[in-house]
Amino acid sequence: MNDVTAAAAAALPAYRPKLSFAWVGVVPFVAFAFLFLILPTLQIVTGAFRNPAGEFTLANVANLFQPSILSAYWISIRISVASAFLGCVVGFLLAWAIVLGGLPSWVRSPILTFSGVASNFAGVPLAFAFLSTFGRLGLVTLVLRDWFGINIYAYGFNILSFGGLTLTYLFFQIPLMVLIVTPALDGMRREWREAASILGASGFQYWRMVALPILWPTLLGTFALLFANAFGAVATAYALTGSSLSIVPILLFAQIRGDVLQDPHLGYALAFGMIVVTGIANFIYIWLRTRSERWIK
Amino acid sequence: MKQNRFWSWIFLAIGVLYFLLPLIGTFEFSLKMRRGVYSLDAYEAVIFDPRFQATFGYSVMMALATIVVGVLLVVPTAYWVRLRLPSWRPVLEFVTLLPLVIPPIVIVFGYIRLYNTSSWLPLTGTAMGTNILLMFGYVVLSLPYMYRAIDTGLRAIDVGTLTEAAQSLGAGWITIMWRVILPNVFVAVLSGAFLTFAIVIGEFVLAALLNRPAFGPYLQLIGANRAYEPAALAVIAFAITWGCMALIQVVSRFAPRPPAQPH
Repeated sequence: MNDVTAAAAAALPAYRPKLSFAWVGVVPFVAFAFLFLILPTLQIVTGAFRNPAGEFTLANVANLFQPSILSAYWISIRISVASAFLGCVVGFLLAWAIVLGGLPSWVRSPILTFSGVASNFAGVPLAFAFLSTFGRLGLVTLVLRDWFGINIYAYGFNILSFGGLTLTYLFFQIPLMVLIVTPALDGMRREWREAASILGASGFQYWRMVALPILWPTLLGTFALLFANAFGAVATAYALTGSSLSIVPILLFAQIRGDVLQDPHLGYALAFGMIVVTGIANFIYIWLRTRSERWIK
Repeated sequence: MKQNRFWSWIFLAIGVLYFLLPLIGTFEFSLKMRRGVYSLDAYEAVIFDPRFQATFGYSVMMALATIVVGVLLVVPTAYWVRLRLPSWRPVLEFVTLLPLVIPPIVIVFGYIRLYNTSSWLPLTGTAMGTNILLMFGYVVLSLPYMYRAIDTGLRAIDVGTLTEAAQSLGAGWITIMWRVILPNVFVAVLSGAFLTFAIVIGEFVLAALLNRPAFGPYLQLIGANRAYEPAALAVIAFAITWGCMALIQVVSRFAPRPPAQPH
């Protein structure tokens, strides 16, 4: 122990923050995320590539390619695409109407507030709402039948079907689109439109050659987000159709509850397939959003 | 421009029709329990059902616990990352986005496999352990909203200066968190809390698969067995969601504004 160590010790506080223990502050969060988010997901992913003896195998994933499971994925993807596409179109038109459509300004705020509510109103109660409106004894069904003589069920409509589920999903898809695309439409500069019309562009040309190319990443990205949103939804579909409509989340739900596939590792593979589909959709969303932020601030 | 406005009204009318019809339909249906006249019988049947009271109480407690744990977890972390570890922000943003990417049903599937009775941490072995696991699951589901709300709140205040000022007055870390940072981001915390409440109160998948007596599975059970009560429950659930969003709107009027931004 001599003067040198004393001097070093005196100098230490000056550079201590550099070799700091600041990372200790995020340990609780990292531990939590690891235990209750990352590790459970990894458990499923690795389980999908293991046989009951714990050895590596591709058999579980290969087993997904049987007709009953493929058809579940196919109908899930169709419902998600349909509800995401319609959600994007209707949501965009609504957002356009309140931002650029020349409506009185008091319209905007209630629509946005309502969108915040409706985009969070999913799950079991949403299924109830649509059953009591479009079900066999629902208000719309009865009004159309008794007042207009149109029996929608005679025309093949059924709330417990592909079309019915899509119609129901739109109740949270459209508001989500409105919430995401409204700021993007707000970011469209008036100067762009003026510059286009000075150069002789018609309204249609402005939309085709200026506005849509700028909005394109936002629209496509939101489509991917809505797709993932619908693909992972369980509660609404389960409460609406029970197990009569075999979509992937419901199949997985039944598998976890009662091993209906009679192969626990096939369950892992099913869940892994869901992660892959929603993962790709979300990746597209994030990638396109960073692209769109170049133009729209 | 005239025609422009015409189409706007058309789109708006279609939207309003689509969103109002199910609400009106549900409300009308919920009043039809007594034959021939409108009555509040369905609501009465629901509210005096002991299972409604038990499951609703359970979910309210769950939501409150989720909010407390979520705030305790996210506020110090978000604060610390802003103050000392800015390079960690992308990591935090990514991790808090994950619950939107991984479907909840997959997360709970992992819980069941990872924390079953024969595992190293047998949380699902006891009712209390499963409650805790469910609550942690809800904290995970609420992370994207909680983190974003609180991070936005922290952006509006000068974290560094406030911390130094508090430290030079002799405050320790707990005092700084409790008496300086938390009051400053309280409005943001409340927004995150109300959103969490709205999500947790009717949540179905986690509660059903972990077999807990929560409000979501009760809703599903009633929906499968009754005719008019589900509509009444849907109206109540919508009112709760609406109430939470309205409270967010109200409290966000009191939020401190970020500097140098018009709105």
